[in-house]
Amino acid sequence: MRRPIASLMVNLALLLAALVTLFPLAWMVSASFMAPGEASTYPPPMLPQAPTLANYRLLFAEHGILRQVANSLFISLLATALSLTFNLSAGYAFAKLRFRGRERLFRLLLGALIVPAQVTMLPLFLMLKEMGLVNTYAGALVPWLASVFGIYLVRQYALTVPGEILEAARMDGAGELRIFLSVVLPLLKPIIVTLAVLTFLGCWNDFMWPLIVLTDHAVQTLPVVLAALSREHVQDVELMMAGAVITVLPVLLLFLGLQRYYLRGLLVGSVKG
Amino acid sequence: MRPSRAGWLFAAPALVAIAVFFVVPVVAALLMSTTDFDIYALADLRNVRFVGLLNYLRLLERPLFWRALFNTFFFVVVGVPLSIAVSLGTALLLHSPLARLKGFFRTALFAPVVTTLAAVAVVWIFLLHARYGLFNYGLSFLGLHPIDWLGDPHWAMPAIVLLSVWKNFGYNMIILLAGLQAIPGDLYEAAQLDGAGAGAIFRHVTIPSLAPMLLMVSLLTMSGHFQLFAEPYVMTQGGPAEHTVTVLYLMYEDGFKWWSLGSASAVAFVLFAFMLGFSLIQARVARRVGAR
Repeated sequence: MRRPIASLMVNLALLLAALVTLFPLAWMVSASFMAPGEASTYPPPMLPQAPTLANYRLLFAEHGILRQVANSLFISLLATALSLTFNLSAGYAFAKLRFRGRERLFRLLLGALIVPAQVTMLPLFLMLKEMGLVNTYAGALVPWLASVFGIYLVRQYALTVPGEILEAARMDGAGELRIFLSVVLPLLKPIIVTLAVLTFLGCWNDFMWPLIVLTDHAVQTLPVVLAALSREHVQDVELMMAGAVITVLPVLLLFLGLQRYYLRGLLVGSVKG
Repeated sequence: MRPSRAGWLFAAPALVAIAVFFVVPVVAALLMSTTDFDIYALADLRNVRFVGLLNYLRLLERPLFWRALFNTFFFVVVGVPLSIAVSLGTALLLHSPLARLKGFFRTALFAPVVTTLAAVAVVWIFLLHARYGLFNYGLSFLGLHPIDWLGDPHWAMPAIVLLSVWKNFGYNMIILLAGLQAIPGDLYEAAQLDGAGAGAIFRHVTIPSLAPMLLMVSLLTMSGHFQLFAEPYVMTQGGPAEHTVTVLYLMYEDGFKWWSLGSASAVAFVLFAFMLGFSLIQARVARRVGAR
């Protein structure tokens, strides 16, 4: 095959793949601006005849979805902060601080990765019910405190921090906490961003646990409320598309802005085998 | 403070959180699966009785359990190879030296991975609509009859496979692309000097070099596929005719709809056992093939 033809085929194939991949998202955005009922016609329209914000207005004014936007944002931000606090210090300890049983403990943690999180959900729900944390933000946040993956991610990166820097700081009389905060954390900045983006997106997109633990409309997150709305509003395609846009757009934009950090986390996480 | 004590103190908060909110619940779930924990026990813990393996035995007698097992296997057996094939295909295209605008294409193909599953599942409900959906509109150009994707028991799970491939292929694409980039160029050059064609190079250089990564990717993808829940919950509620009830969906319904937490825990452990079993088999097969 001659090169120009081969080049054309490769790029055409890529273009086709990209179009097919982006199509559902593009249609979601387009349909969200259609007038009620417009999408349920044949042949199905690709673009709104007269773009309108009516669906968005309805979601905010009638369905009060701002509440769920705030819930999602609040829970995801808090989950990110908690996950950073717990995983950064533990990841650093497993990489750079010697303590008894460290290696064995770390192998044990990695072994725990094989257990699917759903196994914990039934007892965890009972536990939180006893503690009165069902239908609270705290209940939704519990699984995000510390994660084996987060510890692993931070540890792999922290291993590259040269020991001499830490020794020098100790010689200068700095305490361990001080060293962690003012020497180690600045060096870990890239992996902090990676872990933050991964946690925020993971929490924002999470479905099963919030579905279980948040049954009260006032504390529910966007994905959960969207799923409930879609059962009530089977006919209201355009309204549901507006809801989907509100749910998907923030994470998509965040990803576009911090893509480099996100993909790094994905590649580190994938070599854990 | 000595570094060794500092080490424990730094690791302790995370370890305690994992112990309390992960290890303890896993053990509790195992214990619960041997009890008749139900809605009466929820009201008063004194109503709990030890029943041994009864929950597991009862599962074997439930047609819905076998249905859920079959549906989940279908999703794994069809979805995983399809998903990895698409990932590999797009990774090869992106890796081609002829490809332009690589950054743009990579981002575009990866975009569905970061979207919210529940939200895109809602979008796909309408794309798959029997009358007004764009899928069937596309089929009509090929002269094909419309399919009632989510209403026909034979098509509902395949439709969910399609959604899942679309949503997830970008993840493995990125990993496989990194694997392709790590293959040393002289391997290709040597093969070309030996007069190998593109197909032979793909089979004898690319695939063997990528094999360890393909194994890892398929293990991760498989464990993800075993955990299918949100798509049937949002799109079909397990229907039509229970053809999209998955093992996890069954656990959710048993546990959080009917509050049979004992039996739901048994379902969870059956799922865990299958995931573990499949991973071990796959790793062993891969080792044997690799040793040959």
